[in-house]
Amino acid sequence: MTESHDHAHELVNVPDDAVVNDLYANPGIPEHQWRPTDVDPKAEKRAERQVAALFGLSALCTILLLVSYFVFDIGDDPDVVGGLGASNLFLGLSLAGALLFLGIGIIQWARKLMADHEIVEDRHPAASSTEDREATIAALNAGLEESGIGRRPLVRNSLLGAVGLLGLPAVVLLRDLGPTPNQVKNSGDYPGAGIEHTLWKKGMRVVRDVVGTPIRPGDLEIGDLVNAEPEAIFNGGADGEPLEGVALQIGKSKGAVVVVRMEPDEITPGKGRENWSVDGIVCYSKICTHVGCPISLYERTTHHLLCPCHQSTFDLADSAKVVFGPAARPLPQLPLEVDDEGYLVASDAFDEPVGPSFWERG
Amino acid sequence: MDTTKVAKTNATTAATAQKPNRAGAVAGWADERLGLATAMKKNLRKVFPDHWSFMLGEIALWSFVVLLLTGVFLTLWFTPSMGEVQYNGSYDQLRGIHMSEAYASSLRLSFDVRGGLLMRQMHHWAAMLFVASMMVHLLRVWFTGAYRKPRELNWVIGCLLLILGTLEGFTGYSLPDDLLSGTGIRAADGFVKATPVVGTYMSFFMFGGEFPGESIIPRLYIVHVLLIPGLLLALIGAHMLLLVYHKHTQWPGPGRTEKNVVGFPMLPVYAAKAGGFFFIVFGVTALMGALLTINPVWKYGPYDPSKVTAGSQPDWYMGWPDGALRIMPGLETHIWGITISWNVMLPILILPVVMFTILLLLPFLDAWITGDKRDHHLLERPRNAPTRTALMVALMTMYGLFWIAGGNDIIAIKLHASINQITYFLRVAVFVGPVIAFVVTRRWCISLQRKDNDTLLHGYETGIIMRSAEGGYTERHLPLPASRAYSMAARDRDPVLDGHDVDEVDANGIPAPTGGRLAALRHRLRTVWYADNVQKPTPAELEEGHHHAEHEHELQAPVEGHAADGHQFDGHHLVEDEHLRSH
Repeated sequence: MTESHDHAHELVNVPDDAVVNDLYANPGIPEHQWRPTDVDPKAEKRAERQVAALFGLSALCTILLLVSYFVFDIGDDPDVVGGLGASNLFLGLSLAGALLFLGIGIIQWARKLMADHEIVEDRHPAASSTEDREATIAALNAGLEESGIGRRPLVRNSLLGAVGLLGLPAVVLLRDLGPTPNQVKNSGDYPGAGIEHTLWKKGMRVVRDVVGTPIRPGDLEIGDLVNAEPEAIFNGGADGEPLEGVALQIGKSKGAVVVVRMEPDEITPGKGRENWSVDGIVCYSKICTHVGCPISLYERTTHHLLCPCHQSTFDLADSAKVVFGPAARPLPQLPLEVDDEGYLVASDAFDEPVGPSFWERG
Repeated sequence: MDTTKVAKTNATTAATAQKPNRAGAVAGWADERLGLATAMKKNLRKVFPDHWSFMLGEIALWSFVVLLLTGVFLTLWFTPSMGEVQYNGSYDQLRGIHMSEAYASSLRLSFDVRGGLLMRQMHHWAAMLFVASMMVHLLRVWFTGAYRKPRELNWVIGCLLLILGTLEGFTGYSLPDDLLSGTGIRAADGFVKATPVVGTYMSFFMFGGEFPGESIIPRLYIVHVLLIPGLLLALIGAHMLLLVYHKHTQWPGPGRTEKNVVGFPMLPVYAAKAGGFFFIVFGVTALMGALLTINPVWKYGPYDPSKVTAGSQPDWYMGWPDGALRIMPGLETHIWGITISWNVMLPILILPVVMFTILLLLPFLDAWITGDKRDHHLLERPRNAPTRTALMVALMTMYGLFWIAGGNDIIAIKLHASINQITYFLRVAVFVGPVIAFVVTRRWCISLQRKDNDTLLHGYETGIIMRSAEGGYTERHLPLPASRAYSMAARDRDPVLDGHDVDEVDANGIPAPTGGRLAALRHRLRTVWYADNVQKPTPAELEEGHHHAEHEHELQAPVEGHAADGHQFDGHHLVEDEHLRSH
């Protein structure tokens, strides 16, 4: 992109000077003002010393940086100074000093000691000269003409078709980035596979998050909220081992629930959900129906559950209907019952997919 | 006469030209192999104009270099893997916990690699600076009209840099796989799933199966360290090449015209100033890395899809679409067995694309409406293009309100306000606010134009109150110094719109047949674009104004020569011929 314009190639397509300023004649570039460092050898020496001192300070900071690197421990006790960590603090400050003094020194040098005469340079049009442009267009036309691309539509169109088709492999080759939703559902690679499924099924115990202990209705007082998981998280692996790795993460991302106890008469059961609660204990998916954040900010007096990501609010006493925010659907409800040993279990799986909406969800 | 080639001795060996200095020798060696002298001839002393606002893009450039340097350091220790490991590092509170290798290696960088935390924090702060300075630079370019022909394509490149920089930021802060970043990816999965028809497929392909899988971190990693940085580098290169080719715009002023560029040469002054500024940007990020904690991932814990923290928010530049997502009403259509999630699609998939397209097209929109096909190398003050200025302020207002919506929970807590009411207010404000901002800014600009005209016609206010013989008080005005007056008056007059589009008049002055609805729309827009703008005084008005001022001076003549009030020495005009009161 070098400039090969001849000087005859003038800038014409700009607002004319006389139009831009028809009120005053251009007074021209102001006279150059000499700086003290230009005329006073003492000031010049002083500036020289200032610049050198700044470079010296920079070097000093670099040495401090190296010293800090070896002197300050990291690891077990990272909060030695001001909650920042001595190593981080001193490495950072000395690095900052080394760089800032260097930068300030160079700029001081430029401002005080380098020539400060303003220079005028002519502009040239971004466009090439007319001759150049005509020559190029002629060359382009000659080339196109000789290729015959305009005269041979059969060649041209088949070429375009062939090249266009090459776009397909670029897409198709990405196919194996992942399985399709159906493949996952049918694979059964891990328990609860598939976007419509979770680990929950009839008789699955509702156990406390993290510790995995089962819950008796009597463990919960009115107003309590418990973060819970399907028991399969803790015993769903091969040979009853806890799930781990991908299966664990996926299991949690769909299976997490909240269990809440309220006065039974405060609950407005949904149609066909009259027997889904046990003694005022209800269970809902913890995964927001908006974009999938786990929800657990519970206000016990109003029974409202708020999503901390985008503030969708659900009324747990009323089938977890949306009372505020961008979510469009209630949280899916998990029907509860009590098993022979008196622990809360699911009386069935979720009757709809949990989490954010998707096209084929229905 | 050049005597260097004259033989100095009578020796038998041939006389040689005087040896060039060392820099010349190196340049000669290089030129014999690279032939760079032709290109360098002009560029080494290339002129760059000086103004503080031209530094904003430089901050973006240098913070990108800092990102490259600190980023390389981080890659030496970071492991982009979602494989599950048990943490055994230095950070006591998390020891024994199961987590991904990505998170464990982020902890290792923070606690077990000397300087690792510093580099992590510098990298994050530099990313913030990078995006922020690009945005402010974009505003500068818009408000001064620097995007106009021939620089429209550089505007487009700049916009691409901004969106790529934003994506680079998102992919970057998602990598540590802590609870906060995992929540961000969780939400991103929700966005992808809301895509019509192919949403679930895209999500399954992205995550290599069901969310969260174990593919997303390594995939984001390669996008973050190779794909996007490569594109950014290429586009930054193109951005700089075009800058050099077009030559930088400059503010109008004495000696500065559309046809020249006045300033300091690249070598040495500009190279030194810009090079020194690199160290300053680098040093400031080091200072921030030392003193300001950012993204303390160890406090969030490893990602767990059943956990979330209150106040979860993306990095600030992702805040505005998140805000749109928060204030969007919960609309969803269920029909023919399919679900259309307007509540996710509109704010996250459609709105950012629309906004970005508008941003890309702004220069072309401006050129189409104004019909201005000339090159522009002199900048315009924001007040002298009221509609342009107001348009961007309206967009900024919309951005700001969406951004506020992105923090509606924090605002509710800090101000003890109702989050519901903040949300309802913002639902209306994002539409009404920009309109108000547009009108206010436009009138504000026009008022400033009037003030400029007053200053040109009647001089500046000296602050000296004169009392006339009758006892009336007036403030004394003095003419501007010639250079200031020239700079202030150096602006184009708006085209005259007399009902006919200038382009639509043929050589004989006969209006061409109207170009249909599009031309009519354009004419209406052009009328609005220039409506109510104040033109600078005509030469006749200026003449009259000066005449008036002279008349006033005559009235004040008795006090001339007795003005020992010190106001002459306020730096606004020359005082060589004025003397302090002698009596």
